[in-house]
Amino acid sequence: MFLIEVRELRKVYSLGDIEVNALMDVSATIAKGEFVAVMGPSGSGKSTFMNVLGCLDQPTGGQYLLEGIDVGKLSRDDLAGIRNKKIGFVFQGFNLLSRTSAIENVEIPLLYDGRHARERRERAMAALKSVGLEGREHHHPNQLSGGQQQRVAIARALVNDAPILLADEPTGNLDTKTSAEIMELFVRLNAESSITIILVTHEPDIATYSRRQIKFLDGRIVSDEMTGKA
Amino acid sequence: MINLPSTFRISLRALRVNKMRSALTMLGIIIGVGAVIAMLAVGTGASRKIAAQISSMGSNLLMILPGSTTSGGVRMGAGTQPTLTMGDAEAILKESSAVAEAAPVLNGVAQVVYRHQNWSTGVVGTTPGMLEVRDWPLALGRPFTQQDVKSATKVCLLGQTVVDNLFGGMDPLGQIIRIKKIPFTVIGVLATKGQSPQGQDQDDTIYVPVTTAQKKLFGTSFPGMVRIIMVKAKSAEELGAAERQVTELLKQRHRIGPKQDNDFTVRNLTQFMQAAEQSSKVMTILLGAIGSVSLLVGGIGIMNIMLVSVTERTREIGIRMAVGAKTWDIRLQFIIEALTLSLIGGVAGIIFGVSGSKILSILTGWPTVVSPLSVVLSFGFSGLVGIFFGFYPAYKASNLNPIDALRFE
Repeated sequence: MFLIEVRELRKVYSLGDIEVNALMDVSATIAKGEFVAVMGPSGSGKSTFMNVLGCLDQPTGGQYLLEGIDVGKLSRDDLAGIRNKKIGFVFQGFNLLSRTSAIENVEIPLLYDGRHARERRERAMAALKSVGLEGREHHHPNQLSGGQQQRVAIARALVNDAPILLADEPTGNLDTKTSAEIMELFVRLNAESSITIILVTHEPDIATYSRRQIKFLDGRIVSDEMTGKA
Repeated sequence: MINLPSTFRISLRALRVNKMRSALTMLGIIIGVGAVIAMLAVGTGASRKIAAQISSMGSNLLMILPGSTTSGGVRMGAGTQPTLTMGDAEAILKESSAVAEAAPVLNGVAQVVYRHQNWSTGVVGTTPGMLEVRDWPLALGRPFTQQDVKSATKVCLLGQTVVDNLFGGMDPLGQIIRIKKIPFTVIGVLATKGQSPQGQDQDDTIYVPVTTAQKKLFGTSFPGMVRIIMVKAKSAEELGAAERQVTELLKQRHRIGPKQDNDFTVRNLTQFMQAAEQSSKVMTILLGAIGSVSLLVGGIGIMNIMLVSVTERTREIGIRMAVGAKTWDIRLQFIIEALTLSLIGGVAGIIFGVSGSKILSILTGWPTVVSPLSVVLSFGFSGLVGIFFGFYPAYKASNLNPIDALRFE
């Protein structure tokens, strides 16, 4: 059984009279522990693909099996549960809650999982430590650099031990040096805890950190190949 | 699973982060709840005062006054014709089935002296039945008896104001005071009654047997004459019957033909006061309604702020949904925020309303009574306002699509 399996996935946006085919019959499988880069120019459908995988958006057609479960048949709240337990998100814009300390940001997924305060605190501390942010727990996002903010977001994605980490242009707002640090963190996490990482990027440099590259163009997969690690 | 304590924490944090806005939103509820409580306190105070005055006067009362005399075409006003007698009072009590008690009154103003103190007060000559008519118990001593009335004993009951002025802190029982220079023994002290509905001090009075008043103090133009007869009906329902029976009886006794005017007037005191009480209750409801309007406006203020808050925090909602917040997690967060605003506002409003009505009664002298019911009611109402006006914004927030909420700029 694959961790992720999509069959003829289709997504159509209607913008007034015009229908935009963001995804056209996309089929792919991703196994546990893979490190995949999803590439393509803007408008190629890679972000839509990512949002569907992350259960943030619903496909118009086709099937999405996550650990063998047909996600299309689940309710809104079941999807929320999947996002909580199975998937961690890292966004280009970090998407941290402002005026909320780093540790409290990391605790949020545990909060919605109904964990108690002590467990939340301990696990959030451990997650922050694993991304190298020890001692910064009580800083607010505006007191942290871009790289540090992205580390907080990664800690938040890791805190609930989700098997999948989805990263949408995680280095888009960062300089080259910080980008490299973040990517090395991803590589380390993938190697150490065998978390499955799916990374959306349009930068070939960033994609080289992955072991598999899926290229999108006009809503279709145009290539899907294993690459040697950089 | 919804985690209530955590949701509660999230809500409180959001309110803390926007302190100024939370305080301003609360202000609407504070003023609303405060207004309801203060308005009801003023209204309740007014009705309580009227009710207390009614009960101090005695309930189910009729007052019978003699008719007016005409002297050379000039009519002299009610009570100027000396037509009521002791006999009338006795006949009313004996023959009218709806009457519980009847007491004649012959009164006047007299100077009263005890040792080196003196005081001018109203002296009321009456029968023992008067105490029941007025619902007026004794604080000390004993009432005078029918025997005292029969033999015109020189005994008296003192009102509290008279006691204060003549005796200071001393025990008046058994002491001799002089009314119009005639010595009277003090046998009892009337309980404190306070102001009458007309604002007179009811405790500034002395009761003596009616016969003593007739023979020794005020004199009468013919034997047995009295100025007023006070009648107490058996119940509020029988007040009308008592009025008819008394009128009929006095017509017969005074030999008044069908076409003649009555030489007496029967006044129903209680009815007049009940009308006043009724209007003060209507007033209370009206004041409460005005207060409720401001509470409603405060509630709309909460909804307004919550709607703004939902729009402003769309991204936050998106982030929360992305990491696993379910429909009711989001809904509860916003409902609890609204509820917290309205309940804290409610508590502050209660403090504001209670102290406001106290200050009002100090400044204006109006009696204000904060009833526990009005506090509970307005607090409960502010809670309802919070849930009611918080639900729509919460519902709106929870129905956002996660990806749309995340992309919201």
